[in-house]
Amino acid sequence: MKGTLGPVLTVILAILAIWYVACVPMNVREVLSAAERDGAVVTPTDPVERRDAGAVGLVLNNTAHLGASWSLDRAKLPAPHQIAVELWNTTVVEEMTGRRGIVNSGSLSNRGLVYHAGITLWATVLGFVIGTGLGILLAVGIVHSRTMEMSVMPWAIVSQTIPIVALAPMIIVVLYSVGLQGMLPKAVISAYLSFFPVVVGMVKGLRSPDQSQLDLMHTYNASKSAVLVKLRLPASVPYLFASLKIGIAASLVGAIVGELPVQQGGLGARMLAGSYYGQTSQIWAALIAAAALAALLVWSIGALERRTLRRMGVV
Amino acid sequence: MSLVVIALIVWALGWSLNRWLANGPYAANRWTGLCVAAVFGATVLIMWELIVRGLGVPAVILPPPSAIAAAFASSTSILWADFVQTILKGGLSGYVIGCGAGFAVAILVDRYDFLRRGLLPVGNFMSALPIVGTAPILVMWYGFGWQSKAAVVVLMVFFPMLVNTVAGLRDTSAMQRDLMRTYGAGYWPTLIKLRLPAAMPFIFNGLKISTTLALIGAIVAEFFGSPTVGLGFRISTSVGQLALDMVWAAIVVSALAGSAFYGAVAAIERGVTFWHPSQRGQ
Repeated sequence: MKGTLGPVLTVILAILAIWYVACVPMNVREVLSAAERDGAVVTPTDPVERRDAGAVGLVLNNTAHLGASWSLDRAKLPAPHQIAVELWNTTVVEEMTGRRGIVNSGSLSNRGLVYHAGITLWATVLGFVIGTGLGILLAVGIVHSRTMEMSVMPWAIVSQTIPIVALAPMIIVVLYSVGLQGMLPKAVISAYLSFFPVVVGMVKGLRSPDQSQLDLMHTYNASKSAVLVKLRLPASVPYLFASLKIGIAASLVGAIVGELPVQQGGLGARMLAGSYYGQTSQIWAALIAAAALAALLVWSIGALERRTLRRMGVV
Repeated sequence: MSLVVIALIVWALGWSLNRWLANGPYAANRWTGLCVAAVFGATVLIMWELIVRGLGVPAVILPPPSAIAAAFASSTSILWADFVQTILKGGLSGYVIGCGAGFAVAILVDRYDFLRRGLLPVGNFMSALPIVGTAPILVMWYGFGWQSKAAVVVLMVFFPMLVNTVAGLRDTSAMQRDLMRTYGAGYWPTLIKLRLPAAMPFIFNGLKISTTLALIGAIVAEFFGSPTVGLGFRISTSVGQLALDMVWAAIVVSALAGSAFYGAVAAIERGVTFWHPSQRGQ
Protein backbone atom coordinates (compact mmCIF):
# COMPACT_ATOMS: atom_id res chain seq x y z
CA MET A 1 0.00 0.00 0.00
CA LYS A 2 1.34 3.39 -0.98
CA GLY A 3 1.80 6.08 1.62
CA THR A 4 0.72 4.18 4.70
CA LEU A 5 3.80 4.89 6.79
CA GLY A 6 2.89 8.50 7.64
CA PRO A 7 -0.72 7.78 8.65
CA VAL A 8 0.25 4.66 10.61
CA LEU A 9 2.90 6.60 12.52
CA THR A 10 0.38 9.37 13.21
CA VAL A 11 -2.13 6.85 14.57
CA ILE A 12 0.49 5.18 16.75
CA LEU A 13 1.68 8.55 18.08
CA ALA A 14 -1.94 9.52 18.78
CA ILE A 15 -2.45 6.28 20.71
CA LEU A 16 0.69 6.95 22.75
CA ALA A 17 -0.42 10.53 23.44
CA ILE A 18 -3.85 9.34 24.60
CA TRP A 19 -2.12 6.75 26.75
CA TYR A 20 0.05 9.35 28.50
CA VAL A 21 -2.95 11.61 29.10
CA ALA A 22 -5.01 8.67 30.38
CA CYS A 23 -2.31 7.88 32.93
CA VAL A 24 -3.21 11.03 34.87
CA PRO A 25 -6.85 10.27 35.80
CA MET A 26 -6.19 6.52 36.02
CA ASN A 27 -3.41 6.93 38.58
CA VAL A 28 -4.66 10.06 40.32
CA ARG A 29 -5.72 8.36 43.58
CA GLU A 30 -2.40 6.64 44.19
CA VAL A 31 -0.50 9.77 43.17
CA LEU A 32 -2.45 11.94 45.60
CA SER A 33 -2.05 9.46 48.45
CA ALA A 34 1.69 9.44 47.87
CA ALA A 35 1.76 13.24 47.69
CA GLU A 36 -0.17 13.45 50.96
CA ARG A 37 2.31 11.12 52.66
CA ASP A 38 5.06 13.50 51.56
CA GLY A 39 3.27 16.38 53.28
CA ALA A 40 1.47 18.06 50.38
CA VAL A 41 -2.05 19.40 50.92
CA VAL A 42 -4.45 17.74 48.49
CA THR A 43 -7.93 19.09 48.07
CA PRO A 44 -10.36 16.72 49.53
CA THR A 45 -8.07 16.16 52.52
CA ASP A 46 -10.22 13.30 53.78
CA PRO A 47 -9.18 9.99 52.13
CA VAL A 48 -12.74 8.65 52.31
CA GLU A 49 -14.06 11.71 50.52
CA ARG A 50 -11.31 11.26 47.95
CA ARG A 51 -12.27 7.65 47.39
CA ASP A 52 -15.79 8.67 46.44
CA ALA A 53 -14.77 11.64 44.28
CA GLY A 54 -14.55 11.37 40.50
CA ALA A 55 -11.10 10.93 38.95
CA VAL A 56 -11.40 13.93 36.61
CA GLY A 57 -12.49 16.18 39.47
CA LEU A 58 -9.49 15.08 41.52
CA VAL A 59 -7.19 15.87 38.62
CA LEU A 60 -8.65 19.37 38.15
CA ASN A 61 -8.47 20.17 41.89
CA ASN A 62 -4.89 19.02 42.36
CA THR A 63 -3.03 20.03 39.23
CA ALA A 64 0.05 20.86 41.30
CA HIS A 65 0.60 17.35 42.67
CA LEU A 66 0.35 15.23 39.55
CA GLY A 67 4.05 14.98 38.74
CA ALA A 68 4.28 11.34 39.82
CA SER A 69 1.55 10.14 37.41
CA TRP A 70 4.07 8.66 35.04
CA SER A 71 6.53 7.21 37.53
CA LEU A 72 4.41 5.28 40.06
CA ASP A 73 5.81 1.93 41.10
CA ARG A 74 2.61 -0.09 40.82
CA ALA A 75 0.59 2.25 38.64
CA LYS A 76 -2.94 1.30 37.70
CA LEU A 77 -1.94 2.28 34.17
CA PRO A 78 1.83 2.37 33.72
CA ALA A 79 3.14 4.86 31.18
CA PRO A 80 4.56 3.44 27.94
CA HIS A 81 8.14 4.28 28.91
CA GLN A 82 7.72 2.41 32.22
CA ILE A 83 6.66 -0.68 30.27
CA ALA A 84 9.61 -0.23 27.93
CA VAL A 85 11.94 -0.07 30.96
CA GLU A 86 10.31 -3.20 32.42
CA LEU A 87 10.74 -4.99 29.08
CA TRP A 88 14.39 -3.93 28.91
CA ASN A 89 15.04 -4.94 32.54
CA THR A 90 13.41 -8.37 32.25
CA THR A 91 15.12 -9.22 28.99
CA VAL A 92 18.52 -7.65 28.37
CA VAL A 93 19.46 -6.49 31.88
CA GLU A 94 18.25 -9.71 33.54
CA GLU A 95 20.17 -11.93 31.14
CA MET A 96 23.35 -9.82 31.14
CA THR A 97 23.75 -8.94 34.81
CA GLY A 98 21.25 -11.07 36.77
CA ARG A 99 22.57 -13.89 38.96
CA ARG A 100 20.44 -16.36 37.02
CA GLY A 101 20.96 -14.67 33.66
CA ILE A 102 22.56 -16.37 30.68
CA VAL A 103 25.88 -14.60 31.18
CA ASN A 104 26.35 -15.68 34.80
CA SER A 105 24.64 -19.09 34.82
CA GLY A 106 24.77 -20.27 31.23
CA SER A 107 21.02 -20.72 30.93
CA LEU A 108 18.14 -18.28 30.44
CA SER A 109 16.94 -16.70 33.67
CA ASN A 110 13.60 -17.98 34.91
CA ARG A 111 12.85 -14.44 36.04
CA GLY A 112 13.39 -13.10 32.55
CA LEU A 113 10.80 -12.69 29.87
CA VAL A 114 12.78 -14.55 27.20
CA TYR A 115 12.57 -17.80 29.15
CA HIS A 116 8.80 -17.53 29.61
CA ALA A 117 8.20 -16.45 26.03
CA GLY A 118 10.24 -19.50 24.93
CA ILE A 119 8.06 -21.86 27.00
CA THR A 120 4.91 -20.42 25.45
CA LEU A 121 6.42 -20.44 21.97
CA TRP A 122 7.38 -24.12 22.06
CA ALA A 123 4.02 -25.22 23.44
CA THR A 124 2.32 -23.17 20.72
CA VAL A 125 4.45 -24.53 17.91
CA LEU A 126 4.23 -28.16 19.07
CA GLY A 127 0.46 -27.93 19.45
CA PHE A 128 0.11 -26.14 16.15
CA VAL A 129 2.09 -28.83 14.30
CA ILE A 130 0.04 -31.64 15.89
CA GLY A 131 -3.27 -29.87 15.27
CA THR A 132 -2.41 -28.99 11.68
CA GLY A 133 -1.23 -32.53 10.90
CA LEU A 134 -4.37 -34.12 12.32
CA GLY A 135 -6.53 -31.50 10.64
CA ILE A 136 -5.03 -32.21 7.22
CA LEU A 137 -5.47 -35.96 7.74
CA LEU A 138 -9.11 -35.56 8.70
CA ALA A 139 -9.73 -33.23 5.74
CA VAL A 140 -8.25 -35.82 3.35
CA GLY A 141 -10.54 -38.44 4.89
CA ILE A 142 -13.55 -36.16 4.58
CA VAL A 143 -12.89 -35.45 0.92
CA HIS A 144 -12.59 -39.16 0.13
CA SER A 145 -15.46 -40.53 2.14
CA ARG A 146 -18.95 -39.16 1.75
CA THR A 147 -20.04 -40.94 4.92
CA MET A 148 -17.27 -39.26 6.87
CA GLU A 149 -18.09 -35.89 5.39
CA MET A 150 -21.76 -36.05 6.26
CA SER A 151 -21.00 -37.37 9.75
CA VAL A 152 -18.11 -35.15 10.83
CA MET A 153 -18.32 -31.92 8.85
CA PRO A 154 -21.43 -30.47 10.55
CA TRP A 155 -19.81 -31.05 13.95
CA ALA A 156 -16.54 -29.48 12.81
CA ILE A 157 -18.46 -26.38 11.73
CA VAL A 158 -20.57 -26.23 14.90
CA SER A 159 -17.44 -26.62 17.03
CA GLN A 160 -16.13 -23.34 15.61
CA THR A 161 -19.05 -21.49 17.16
CA ILE A 162 -18.37 -22.72 20.69
CA PRO A 163 -15.72 -21.34 23.03
CA ILE A 164 -13.44 -24.38 23.01
CA VAL A 165 -10.93 -22.57 25.16
CA ALA A 166 -13.29 -23.18 28.09
CA LEU A 167 -12.02 -26.77 28.05
CA ALA A 168 -8.46 -25.64 28.79
CA PRO A 169 -8.39 -25.83 32.61
CA MET A 170 -10.00 -29.26 32.54
CA ILE A 171 -7.59 -30.66 29.95
CA ILE A 172 -4.63 -29.42 32.02
CA VAL A 173 -5.89 -30.92 35.28
CA VAL A 174 -7.03 -34.22 33.74
CA LEU A 175 -3.76 -34.75 31.88
CA TYR A 176 -1.89 -33.79 35.04
CA SER A 177 -3.77 -36.45 37.03
CA VAL A 178 -2.81 -39.15 34.54
CA GLY A 179 0.83 -38.11 34.88
CA LEU A 180 1.27 -35.84 31.89
CA GLN A 181 2.59 -32.38 32.67
CA GLY A 182 4.84 -29.71 31.33
CA MET A 183 4.56 -28.78 27.70
CA LEU A 184 2.31 -31.52 26.39
CA PRO A 185 -1.03 -30.55 28.03
CA LYS A 186 -0.66 -27.00 26.74
CA ALA A 187 0.24 -28.35 23.32
CA VAL A 188 -2.94 -30.47 23.40
CA ILE A 189 -5.03 -27.33 23.93
CA SER A 190 -3.15 -25.49 21.19
CA ALA A 191 -3.61 -28.45 18.87
CA TYR A 192 -7.31 -28.59 19.63
CA LEU A 193 -7.77 -24.90 18.86
CA SER A 194 -5.86 -24.97 15.58
CA PHE A 195 -7.44 -28.27 14.48
CA PHE A 196 -10.88 -27.11 13.36
CA PRO A 197 -9.90 -24.05 11.32
CA VAL A 198 -7.45 -26.26 9.43
CA VAL A 199 -10.07 -28.97 8.79
CA VAL A 200 -12.62 -26.49 7.46
CA GLY A 201 -10.07 -24.63 5.30
CA MET A 202 -8.45 -27.79 3.97
CA VAL A 203 -11.76 -29.39 2.97
CA LYS A 204 -12.53 -26.25 1.00
CA GLY A 205 -9.06 -26.34 -0.54
CA LEU A 206 -9.08 -30.02 -1.45
CA ARG A 207 -12.43 -29.44 -3.12
CA SER A 208 -11.20 -26.40 -5.06
CA PRO A 209 -10.08 -28.21 -8.28
CA ASP A 210 -12.94 -27.91 -10.73
CA GLN A 211 -14.57 -30.70 -12.64
CA SER A 212 -12.52 -30.23 -15.82
CA GLN A 213 -9.28 -30.66 -13.87
CA LEU A 214 -10.61 -33.79 -12.19
CA ASP A 215 -11.74 -35.08 -15.57
CA LEU A 216 -8.27 -34.48 -16.98
CA MET A 217 -6.78 -36.60 -14.20
CA HIS A 218 -9.41 -39.20 -15.00
CA THR A 219 -8.35 -39.33 -18.66
CA TYR A 220 -4.79 -39.98 -17.44
CA ASN A 221 -6.22 -42.95 -15.55
CA ALA A 222 -4.83 -41.43 -12.34
CA SER A 223 -5.44 -43.31 -9.12
CA LYS A 224 -7.16 -41.63 -6.17
CA SER A 225 -3.85 -41.12 -4.40
CA ALA A 226 -2.30 -39.60 -7.53
CA VAL A 227 -5.23 -37.18 -7.80
CA LEU A 228 -4.69 -36.31 -4.15
CA VAL A 229 -0.95 -35.75 -4.40
CA LYS A 230 -0.75 -34.16 -7.83
CA LEU A 231 -3.95 -32.14 -8.00
CA ARG A 232 -5.85 -31.76 -4.76
CA LEU A 233 -2.97 -31.06 -2.36
CA PRO A 234 -1.24 -28.46 -4.56
CA ALA A 235 -4.59 -26.77 -5.20
CA SER A 236 -5.30 -26.61 -1.48
CA VAL A 237 -2.08 -24.78 -0.52
CA PRO A 238 -3.50 -21.21 -0.65
CA TYR A 239 -6.46 -22.32 1.48
CA LEU A 240 -4.13 -24.12 3.86
CA PHE A 241 -2.07 -21.00 4.50
CA ALA A 242 -5.16 -18.89 5.13
CA SER A 243 -6.25 -21.38 7.81
CA LEU A 244 -2.74 -21.69 9.21
CA LYS A 245 -2.72 -17.98 10.00
CA ILE A 246 -5.98 -18.32 11.93
CA GLY A 247 -4.75 -21.54 13.51
CA ILE A 248 -1.45 -20.19 14.81
CA ALA A 249 -3.14 -17.20 16.46
CA ALA A 250 -5.65 -19.57 18.09
CA SER A 251 -2.81 -21.87 19.18
CA LEU A 252 -1.05 -19.01 20.94
CA VAL A 253 -4.22 -18.07 22.82
CA GLY A 254 -4.62 -21.74 23.76
CA ALA A 255 -1.09 -21.99 25.10
CA ILE A 256 -1.45 -18.79 27.14
CA VAL A 257 -4.79 -19.86 28.62
CA GLY A 258 -3.35 -23.32 29.26
CA GLU A 259 -0.66 -21.76 31.42
CA LEU A 260 -3.15 -20.18 33.79
CA PRO A 261 -4.13 -23.18 35.97
CA VAL A 262 -0.62 -24.56 36.44
CA GLN A 263 1.99 -22.00 37.40
CA GLN A 264 4.97 -23.55 35.65
CA GLY A 265 6.26 -20.69 33.60
CA GLY A 266 5.12 -19.14 30.37
CA LEU A 267 3.56 -15.81 29.46
CA GLY A 268 0.13 -16.81 30.81
CA ALA A 269 1.69 -17.64 34.17
CA ARG A 270 3.50 -14.28 34.13
CA MET A 271 0.23 -12.45 33.52
CA LEU A 272 -1.60 -14.27 36.30
CA ALA A 273 1.29 -13.77 38.74
CA GLY A 274 1.37 -10.08 37.81
CA SER A 275 -2.35 -9.76 38.45
CA TYR A 276 -2.06 -11.54 41.84
CA TYR A 277 0.71 -9.26 43.07
CA GLY A 278 -0.48 -6.05 41.43
CA GLN A 279 2.64 -5.84 39.24
CA THR A 280 0.92 -4.07 36.38
CA SER A 281 4.05 -3.36 34.39
CA GLN A 282 4.84 -7.10 34.51
CA ILE A 283 1.41 -7.87 33.00
CA TRP A 284 1.91 -5.26 30.31
CA ALA A 285 5.40 -6.54 29.53
CA ALA A 286 4.05 -10.11 29.22
CA LEU A 287 1.23 -8.81 27.05
CA ILE A 288 3.66 -7.05 24.74
CA ALA A 289 5.82 -10.17 24.60
CA ALA A 290 2.71 -12.18 23.64
CA ALA A 291 1.86 -9.61 20.97
CA ALA A 292 5.40 -9.77 19.60
CA LEU A 293 5.20 -13.56 19.58
CA ALA A 294 1.88 -13.47 17.71
CA ALA A 295 3.24 -11.00 15.19
CA LEU A 296 6.35 -13.11 14.71
CA LEU A 297 4.37 -16.34 14.20
CA VAL A 298 1.84 -14.83 11.81
CA TRP A 299 4.62 -13.08 9.93
CA SER A 300 6.63 -16.31 9.54
CA ILE A 301 3.57 -18.12 8.21
CA GLY A 302 3.04 -15.22 5.83
CA ALA A 303 6.67 -15.34 4.67
CA LEU A 304 6.43 -19.09 4.18
CA GLU A 305 3.21 -18.58 2.24
CA ARG A 306 4.77 -16.00 -0.09
CA ARG A 307 7.82 -18.18 -0.77
CA THR A 308 5.79 -21.34 -1.31
CA LEU A 309 3.24 -19.72 -3.58
CA ARG A 310 5.97 -18.01 -5.60
CA ARG A 311 7.81 -21.30 -6.11
CA MET A 312 4.57 -22.98 -7.08
CA GLY A 313 3.97 -20.18 -9.57
CA VAL A 314 0.59 -19.27 -8.08
CA VAL A 315 1.42 -15.60 -7.66
CA MET B 1 -15.08 -55.64 28.90
CA SER B 2 -18.39 -56.70 27.39
CA LEU B 3 -19.49 -53.04 27.45
CA VAL B 4 -16.48 -52.13 25.32
CA VAL B 5 -17.40 -54.84 22.83
CA ILE B 6 -20.95 -53.48 22.74
CA ALA B 7 -19.49 -50.02 22.13
CA LEU B 8 -17.57 -51.32 19.12
CA ILE B 9 -20.72 -53.00 17.81
CA VAL B 10 -22.67 -49.75 18.26
CA TRP B 11 -19.95 -47.97 16.31
CA ALA B 12 -20.09 -50.49 13.48
CA LEU B 13 -23.89 -50.26 13.36
CA GLY B 14 -23.94 -46.47 13.42
CA TRP B 15 -21.25 -46.25 10.76
CA SER B 16 -22.97 -48.68 8.39
CA LEU B 17 -26.27 -46.88 8.92
CA ASN B 18 -24.56 -43.62 8.00
CA ARG B 19 -22.84 -45.22 5.03
CA TRP B 20 -26.19 -46.47 3.79
CA LEU B 21 -27.80 -43.05 4.31
CA ALA B 22 -24.93 -41.09 2.79
CA ASN B 23 -24.64 -43.22 -0.34
CA GLY B 24 -28.34 -43.94 -0.71
CA PRO B 25 -30.87 -42.28 -2.99
CA TYR B 26 -31.84 -39.56 -0.46
CA ALA B 27 -28.29 -38.40 0.26
CA ALA B 28 -28.87 -34.94 -1.23
CA ASN B 29 -31.89 -34.34 1.02
CA ARG B 30 -31.29 -31.79 3.76
CA TRP B 31 -32.95 -33.95 6.42
CA THR B 32 -30.73 -36.90 5.54
CA GLY B 33 -27.73 -34.68 6.19
CA LEU B 34 -29.07 -33.75 9.61
CA CYS B 35 -29.89 -37.39 10.28
CA VAL B 36 -26.37 -38.56 9.46
CA ALA B 37 -24.82 -35.91 11.71
CA ALA B 38 -27.24 -36.80 14.51
CA VAL B 39 -26.53 -40.51 14.20
CA PHE B 40 -22.81 -39.81 14.34
CA GLY B 41 -23.20 -37.61 17.42
CA ALA B 42 -25.39 -40.18 19.16
CA THR B 43 -22.95 -42.99 18.32
CA VAL B 44 -20.07 -41.04 19.83
CA LEU B 45 -22.08 -40.32 23.00
CA ILE B 46 -23.12 -43.98 23.42
CA MET B 47 -19.57 -45.19 22.84
CA TRP B 48 -18.28 -42.65 25.35
CA GLU B 49 -20.78 -43.88 27.95
CA LEU B 50 -20.08 -47.57 27.32
CA ILE B 51 -16.30 -47.30 27.18
CA VAL B 52 -16.08 -45.14 30.30
CA ARG B 53 -18.26 -47.62 32.19
CA GLY B 54 -16.65 -50.67 30.64
CA LEU B 55 -13.09 -49.68 31.41
CA GLY B 56 -14.00 -48.14 34.77
CA VAL B 57 -12.45 -44.76 33.95
CA PRO B 58 -12.55 -42.71 37.18
CA ALA B 59 -15.05 -39.85 37.17
CA VAL B 60 -12.27 -37.37 37.97
CA ILE B 61 -10.75 -38.06 34.56
CA LEU B 62 -13.74 -38.45 32.28
CA PRO B 63 -17.31 -38.68 33.57
CA PRO B 64 -19.83 -40.59 31.41
CA PRO B 65 -22.41 -38.48 29.53
CA SER B 66 -25.19 -39.73 31.82
CA ALA B 67 -23.39 -38.25 34.84
CA ILE B 68 -22.97 -34.96 32.97
CA ALA B 69 -26.65 -34.93 32.10
CA ALA B 70 -27.51 -35.66 35.74
CA ALA B 71 -25.26 -32.83 36.93
CA PHE B 72 -26.85 -30.55 34.34
CA ALA B 73 -30.38 -31.48 35.37
CA SER B 74 -29.73 -31.20 39.11
CA SER B 75 -28.11 -27.77 38.95
CA THR B 76 -30.09 -25.93 36.31
CA SER B 77 -30.64 -22.94 38.60
CA ILE B 78 -26.89 -22.55 39.24
CA LEU B 79 -26.11 -22.93 35.56
CA TRP B 80 -28.85 -20.46 34.64
CA ALA B 81 -27.33 -17.89 36.99
CA ASP B 82 -23.91 -18.58 35.42
CA PHE B 83 -25.41 -18.18 31.96
CA VAL B 84 -27.00 -14.84 32.85
CA GLN B 85 -23.79 -13.57 34.45
CA THR B 86 -21.35 -14.63 31.73
CA ILE B 87 -23.30 -14.69 28.49
CA LEU B 88 -26.01 -12.08 28.94
CA LYS B 89 -24.29 -9.56 31.21
CA GLY B 90 -20.62 -9.96 30.27
CA GLY B 91 -20.72 -11.34 26.74
CA LEU B 92 -23.78 -9.75 25.19
CA SER B 93 -23.31 -6.22 26.55
CA GLY B 94 -19.66 -6.25 25.50
CA TYR B 95 -20.65 -7.63 22.10
CA VAL B 96 -23.18 -4.87 21.50
CA ILE B 97 -20.83 -2.09 22.66
CA GLY B 98 -17.79 -3.51 20.85
CA CYS B 99 -19.55 -4.21 17.56
CA GLY B 100 -21.34 -0.86 17.72
CA ALA B 101 -18.07 0.97 18.33
CA GLY B 102 -16.29 -1.01 15.61
CA PHE B 103 -19.07 -0.18 13.17
CA ALA B 104 -19.11 3.53 14.05
CA VAL B 105 -15.34 3.86 13.80
CA ALA B 106 -15.44 1.99 10.49
CA ILE B 107 -17.87 4.58 9.06
CA LEU B 108 -15.51 7.33 10.24
CA VAL B 109 -12.43 5.53 8.90
CA ASP B 110 -14.13 5.01 5.56
CA ARG B 111 -14.98 8.69 5.31
CA TYR B 112 -11.42 9.93 5.84
CA ASP B 113 -8.77 8.33 3.68
CA PHE B 114 -5.99 9.36 6.08
CA LEU B 115 -7.64 7.44 8.92
CA ARG B 116 -8.17 4.44 6.68
CA ARG B 117 -4.52 4.26 5.73
CA GLY B 118 -3.43 4.80 9.32
CA LEU B 119 -5.94 2.79 11.35
CA LEU B 120 -6.48 -0.19 9.06
CA PRO B 121 -2.95 -1.66 9.27
CA VAL B 122 -3.06 -1.13 13.05
CA GLY B 123 -6.49 -2.80 13.19
CA ASN B 124 -5.32 -5.73 11.09
CA PHE B 125 -2.32 -6.16 13.36
CA MET B 126 -4.48 -5.98 16.48
CA SER B 127 -6.92 -8.61 15.15
CA ALA B 128 -4.11 -11.17 15.15
CA LEU B 129 -2.96 -10.43 18.70
CA PRO B 130 -3.97 -12.47 21.76
CA ILE B 131 -6.15 -9.64 23.07
CA VAL B 132 -7.56 -11.96 25.71
CA GLY B 133 -4.27 -11.26 27.52
CA THR B 134 -5.61 -7.84 28.46
CA ALA B 135 -8.07 -9.64 30.77
CA PRO B 136 -5.92 -9.37 33.93
CA ILE B 137 -5.47 -5.63 33.37
CA LEU B 138 -9.15 -4.97 32.73
CA VAL B 139 -10.17 -7.11 35.72
CA MET B 140 -7.85 -4.95 37.82
CA TRP B 141 -9.44 -1.75 36.47
CA TYR B 142 -13.10 -2.63 36.46
CA GLY B 143 -13.29 -5.07 39.34
CA PHE B 144 -14.48 -8.66 39.47
CA GLY B 145 -18.02 -7.96 38.24
CA TRP B 146 -19.38 -8.41 34.75
CA GLN B 147 -18.21 -4.95 33.69
CA SER B 148 -14.61 -6.10 33.36
CA LYS B 149 -15.72 -9.08 31.26
CA ALA B 150 -17.72 -6.78 29.00
CA ALA B 151 -14.62 -4.60 28.63
CA VAL B 152 -12.52 -7.59 27.52
CA VAL B 153 -15.23 -8.54 25.03
CA VAL B 154 -15.35 -4.97 23.69
CA LEU B 155 -11.62 -5.07 22.98
CA MET B 156 -11.81 -8.52 21.41
CA VAL B 157 -14.66 -7.85 18.99
CA PHE B 158 -13.77 -4.26 18.09
CA PHE B 159 -10.97 -4.90 15.60
CA PRO B 160 -12.50 -7.79 13.61
CA MET B 161 -15.68 -5.73 13.32
CA LEU B 162 -13.75 -2.62 12.23
CA VAL B 163 -11.70 -4.44 9.60
CA ASN B 164 -14.68 -6.30 8.16
CA THR B 165 -16.94 -3.26 8.01
CA VAL B 166 -14.28 -1.14 6.31
CA ALA B 167 -13.70 -3.91 3.76
CA GLY B 168 -17.46 -4.13 3.18
CA LEU B 169 -17.91 -0.40 2.69
CA ARG B 170 -15.40 -0.53 -0.15
CA ASP B 171 -17.22 -3.38 -1.86
CA THR B 172 -19.19 -1.34 -4.39
CA SER B 173 -18.28 -1.12 -8.05
CA ALA B 174 -17.51 2.16 -9.79
CA MET B 175 -20.58 1.56 -11.95
CA GLN B 176 -22.87 1.44 -8.92
CA ARG B 177 -21.34 4.57 -7.40
CA ASP B 178 -21.64 6.38 -10.73
CA LEU B 179 -25.30 5.45 -10.89
CA MET B 180 -25.82 7.02 -7.46
CA ARG B 181 -24.05 10.15 -8.71
CA THR B 182 -26.30 10.40 -11.73
CA TYR B 183 -29.20 10.38 -9.27
CA GLY B 184 -27.54 13.36 -7.58
CA ALA B 185 -27.11 11.41 -4.33
CA GLY B 186 -24.70 12.88 -1.80
CA TYR B 187 -22.55 11.07 0.74
CA TRP B 188 -25.31 10.07 3.17
CA PRO B 189 -27.89 8.77 0.66
CA THR B 190 -25.10 6.82 -1.10
CA LEU B 191 -23.99 5.41 2.23
CA ILE B 192 -27.43 4.38 3.40
CA LYS B 193 -28.96 3.23 0.12
CA LEU B 194 -25.98 1.67 -1.63
CA ARG B 195 -22.86 1.11 0.42
CA LEU B 196 -24.26 -0.11 3.72
CA PRO B 197 -26.54 -2.68 2.09
CA ALA B 198 -23.63 -3.79 -0.10
CA ALA B 199 -21.45 -4.06 3.01
CA MET B 200 -23.94 -6.28 4.88
CA PRO B 201 -22.32 -9.64 3.99
CA PHE B 202 -19.00 -8.36 5.35
CA ILE B 203 -20.61 -6.81 8.41
CA PHE B 204 -22.35 -10.08 9.21
CA ASN B 205 -19.09 -11.94 8.70
CA GLY B 206 -17.59 -9.67 11.36
CA LEU B 207 -20.62 -10.16 13.61
CA LYS B 208 -20.38 -13.95 13.28
CA ILE B 209 -16.65 -14.06 14.05
CA SER B 210 -17.35 -11.81 17.01
CA THR B 211 -19.95 -14.14 18.57
CA THR B 212 -17.32 -16.78 19.30
CA LEU B 213 -14.74 -14.20 20.36
CA ALA B 214 -17.25 -12.63 22.75
CA LEU B 215 -17.86 -15.92 24.55
CA ILE B 216 -14.15 -16.73 24.70
CA GLY B 217 -13.41 -13.28 26.14
CA ALA B 218 -16.20 -13.46 28.72
CA ILE B 219 -15.22 -16.94 29.91
CA VAL B 220 -11.44 -16.52 29.95
CA ALA B 221 -11.69 -13.14 31.73
CA GLU B 222 -13.41 -14.96 34.60
CA PHE B 223 -10.33 -17.12 35.07
CA PHE B 224 -8.58 -13.92 36.24
CA GLY B 225 -11.13 -13.11 38.92
CA SER B 226 -14.90 -13.11 39.15
CA PRO B 227 -17.75 -13.05 41.64
CA THR B 228 -18.84 -16.52 42.75
CA VAL B 229 -21.04 -16.94 39.70
CA GLY B 230 -20.31 -17.28 36.00
CA LEU B 231 -19.38 -20.03 33.55
CA GLY B 232 -15.64 -19.36 33.72
CA PHE B 233 -15.79 -19.30 37.53
CA ARG B 234 -17.83 -22.53 37.54
CA ILE B 235 -15.32 -24.23 35.25
CA SER B 236 -12.21 -23.16 37.14
CA THR B 237 -13.57 -23.87 40.64
CA SER B 238 -15.18 -27.19 39.67
CA VAL B 239 -11.90 -28.27 38.10
CA GLY B 240 -10.26 -27.41 41.41
CA GLN B 241 -12.81 -29.60 43.25
CA LEU B 242 -12.37 -32.36 40.63
CA ALA B 243 -16.14 -32.18 40.02
CA LEU B 244 -15.70 -32.86 36.33
CA ASP B 245 -19.37 -33.61 35.70
CA MET B 246 -20.10 -30.01 36.70
CA VAL B 247 -17.27 -28.75 34.46
CA TRP B 248 -18.74 -30.62 31.52
CA ALA B 249 -22.20 -29.29 32.34
CA ALA B 250 -20.82 -25.73 32.26
CA ILE B 251 -19.08 -26.51 28.97
CA VAL B 252 -22.37 -27.83 27.57
CA VAL B 253 -24.03 -24.56 28.58
CA SER B 254 -21.34 -22.49 26.87
CA ALA B 255 -21.47 -24.69 23.77
CA LEU B 256 -25.25 -24.36 23.55
CA ALA B 257 -25.04 -20.62 24.15
CA GLY B 258 -22.33 -20.26 21.51
CA SER B 259 -24.25 -22.21 18.89
CA ALA B 260 -27.51 -20.40 19.67
CA PHE B 261 -25.80 -17.01 19.55
CA TYR B 262 -24.13 -17.82 16.23
CA GLY B 263 -27.34 -19.32 14.87
CA ALA B 264 -29.31 -16.21 15.81
CA VAL B 265 -26.85 -13.92 14.01
CA ALA B 266 -26.82 -16.25 10.99
CA ALA B 267 -30.63 -16.24 10.91
CA ILE B 268 -30.70 -12.43 10.92
CA GLU B 269 -28.09 -12.50 8.17
CA ARG B 270 -30.30 -14.71 6.00
CA GLY B 271 -33.10 -12.19 6.40
CA VAL B 272 -30.96 -9.14 5.67
CA THR B 273 -28.70 -10.42 2.88
CA PHE B 274 -31.21 -12.64 1.10
CA TRP B 275 -30.01 -11.16 -2.21
CA HIS B 276 -26.40 -12.29 -1.82
CA PRO B 277 -25.23 -15.28 -3.92
CA SER B 278 -24.04 -17.17 -0.83
CA GLN B 279 -27.59 -17.13 0.58
CA ARG B 280 -29.43 -18.21 -2.55
CA GLY B 281 -30.76 -21.69 -2.97
CA GLN B 282 -30.79 -22.55 0.71
